[in-house]
Amino acid sequence: MASVEHSDGQTLSGGEEVRRRDFINIAAVSFAGIGAVAVVVPLIDQMNPSADVLALASTEVDLSAIQPGQAIKTTFRSQPLFVRHLTPKEIAEADKVDPSTLRDPQTLEERTVDGKKQWLVTMGVCTHLGCVPLGAGEGENKGEYGGYFCPCHGSSYDTAARIRKGPAPKNLEVPEFAFTSDTAILVG
Amino acid sequence: MSFPWAEHYTPKHPVMQWMDEKLPLPRLVYNAVGAGYPVPRNLNYFWNFGVLAGLALVIQIVTGIIMAMHYGANDLVAFATVEQTMRDVNSGWLMRYAHANGASFFFIVVYLHIFRGLFYGSYKAPREMVWLLGLVIFLLMMATAFMGYVLPWGQMSYWGAKVITGLFGAIPVVGEPIQTWLLGGFAPGNASLNRFFSLHFLLPFVIAGVIILHIWALHIPGSSNPTGVEVKGPQDTVPFHPYYTAKDGFGAGVFLILFSIMLFYAPNYLGHPDNYIEANPLSTPAHIVPEWYFWPFYAILRAFTVDFFFVPAKLLGVLAMFASILLLFFLPWLDNSPVRSGNYRPVFKKFFLILVIDVLILGYCGGAPAEEPYVMISQVAAAYYFAHFLIILPLISRFEKPLPLPGSITESVLHRHSIKGEQDALPGMGADPQPSNAG
Repeated sequence: MASVEHSDGQTLSGGEEVRRRDFINIAAVSFAGIGAVAVVVPLIDQMNPSADVLALASTEVDLSAIQPGQAIKTTFRSQPLFVRHLTPKEIAEADKVDPSTLRDPQTLEERTVDGKKQWLVTMGVCTHLGCVPLGAGEGENKGEYGGYFCPCHGSSYDTAARIRKGPAPKNLEVPEFAFTSDTAILVG
Repeated sequence: MSFPWAEHYTPKHPVMQWMDEKLPLPRLVYNAVGAGYPVPRNLNYFWNFGVLAGLALVIQIVTGIIMAMHYGANDLVAFATVEQTMRDVNSGWLMRYAHANGASFFFIVVYLHIFRGLFYGSYKAPREMVWLLGLVIFLLMMATAFMGYVLPWGQMSYWGAKVITGLFGAIPVVGEPIQTWLLGGFAPGNASLNRFFSLHFLLPFVIAGVIILHIWALHIPGSSNPTGVEVKGPQDTVPFHPYYTAKDGFGAGVFLILFSIMLFYAPNYLGHPDNYIEANPLSTPAHIVPEWYFWPFYAILRAFTVDFFFVPAKLLGVLAMFASILLLFFLPWLDNSPVRSGNYRPVFKKFFLILVIDVLILGYCGGAPAEEPYVMISQVAAAYYFAHFLIILPLISRFEKPLPLPGSITESVLHRHSIKGEQDALPGMGADPQPSNAG
């Protein structure tokens, strides 16, 4: 290195000054580094959901055929969606619970649309590790709180699909949805 | 690399001499796994498992590349092409069963290899890097095995992918974006299947690369041995070839016999019937379990059922599961005993046995349904697992009084073989490491 030190012949007076060569070196390496980072962005971003996956973002559900006490399974964003018609007894059971005693405190009102408390719309995705809980189908195990039961790690949800027992941290997620008529909803 | 008395490579044939000048690859092989690598003369059969793991990797790569020739990585056809491989492709069933059971056998030999290292203190100085690289290989193997299990796109494949990627969803704030990014969607789908196939194809070659580093790091100090006493001179070693090529060859024969028995008589014993049902996002199998080699870690994951200090149970389980492996990276510094071999560490030996039983219990609970008493048993066993490495091992290394070590490898070998019953005749020899009445 010593042999090239005098080559630019400009800034040798102090010895502490940044040499032209060092400056060019740092600038070139920094520029290459920024370039490398810029290339990494699309390399990582390509793994995010593609446009066709994102396009399937809303689902319409017809409620007319669901009797009280019944539930249906459909799909929303390629994940299961539970639509449940609660019986008055199930609503009463859900209202009886003091929300402050729950792991994820919420009332049934907060989880349903005003005046349509009997329609419980939730994702069928256990908040523990994403299994589909049982309880929506005819004759399936509803767990000890009468709502849903996840067979994977034993999480039990109540009639408002709130977590009551087991490892799941949250209530079953209520997606954004709106009634388009008295008997139809649009999810998403 | 290696000892000064290692035999030197001297090619006699002119072609080999020419080759040695241009590209000394035969020299490299000679010095790595040939007569040029001196190895302690007293290795027992527990030292076979490294070579057997290499053999298992070769079986996986060969059968895997063949399977890839008949596989379609698309969620519409993946399940069907695997069934086609099984039914229509010539010898396709053999390739697939060999690949599936080969994965299990790979893990069996690797677990034995790891526990060999744990008992004989192979992780201690100067071999820390060998141990650390081995753990990297282990992590890569787990990632590879997980992604491979997704490819047949059966029910267990699908739900396994969902549960395992769900682990990342437990991380606060960034968890869910990470999960979506890993899957390329909100649930496992075609994008997930494709990327898992790509990575499942790539990672075995990364493993092969890290294995080369593992062996490189090993050959700097040379292999350890059952006494844990370092090599002191030429009398303590024999050349790798023909001595250990022969011994490993015998081990490979036994391995292949056991592998063939499994492959031809119980090919589905370690699998799950649910994986012969095509993936269905709307129906979770009643009992989701990973493959057996993940059971101990799965048990630790499920052991956390209540929140502690505002940390959700789910996150605790995930952290504990990752910690149970990351912990092993610190093992060389947690166990400070200067004595390597468990044969000369009476207290360590007992706790090592308890650890083995503990891991087997964890494994059993991980495969059992998520209900009592298994949850409670896994909680106790998981707590003990961490206590062993973080509390018991450091305490033992501080207070234990080890048995006297033999003066050298040769001394221990000659002592055992030629002067049985005259232990007192040689002063300073110490107790026989394996008394005849020990179980």
